Amino acid sequence: MKPSVYDRSLLAASGACPEMSALGPSGFNQDNVEIITTRFEGPAPEVAISTDMIKRGLIVAPILIAICGVIWGINGAWSSTYGVAIVLANFALAAAFIAAAARISLGLMMGATLFGYLIRLALIFIAVWLVKDASWISLPALGSTIIVTHLGLLFWEMKYVALSLAYPGLKPTRSQPAA
Amino acid sequence: MEAFSAIVAQAQDPDDAKNIAAAAGAGMAYGLAAIGPGIGIGYIVGKSVEAMARQPEAAGMVRTTMFLGIAFTEALALIGFVVFILLKFA
Repeated sequence: MKPSVYDRSLLAASGACPEMSALGPSGFNQDNVEIITTRFEGPAPEVAISTDMIKRGLIVAPILIAICGVIWGINGAWSSTYGVAIVLANFALAAAFIAAAARISLGLMMGATLFGYLIRLALIFIAVWLVKDASWISLPALGSTIIVTHLGLLFWEMKYVALSLAYPGLKPTRSQPAA
Repeated sequence: MEAFSAIVAQAQDPDDAKNIAAAAGAGMAYGLAAIGPGIGIGYIVGKSVEAMARQPEAAGMVRTTMFLGIAFTEALALIGFVVFILLKFA
């Protein structure tokens, strides 16, 4: 009969069984077990960050669209709008995949992040492929908007990320004083 | 590369050869640009999951760093994608 969890922990703690002791206090390979069973049900910091980035993206979108409109004309403005929408949707999807999977298990989160990357690349490809022959599309405007918006929003967001145990996502605002 | 050279050599029209070369170059640009970020994201997520399993109280911080790391790494794939669309469709 296999020892129960309690028996395993006793065996591991007593040191009577070196193999069990090597597996840790619970008698299991800690990393493997906890990756499968650990899940996080609290607020998702990536959703807060992506929401904040989307807000900032919507603020700067008119400026980007105006710049592309000046350089590439009205087609550039439409393409730039489309590019901003692609980037913001990409951020939202990435955060949604991670947050949804983290509520189930860490192992699933890893899979969802990796396959989410492939799915999002495929979606971006389809989104561009569908409009590549449209009369209003300007591919240089679309491409430059995608790169500038993606990197620009990321670097901008770095200023507002706290990365502390008390505030793992965004820095507290004035209405939410630091602990 | 030999197969690619043979396909280009079979093209009768110089315009066809140019189009084939452009399509192959664009495909390679996108493919190669997606491999690096794929490896990078796998590494980031693997290490983050390991860190969260070891220290669940720091999970929020790790997830934030992971999300930003993934987004920065993905920028490389997006740059490759933009090169692809400019080579292939523009």
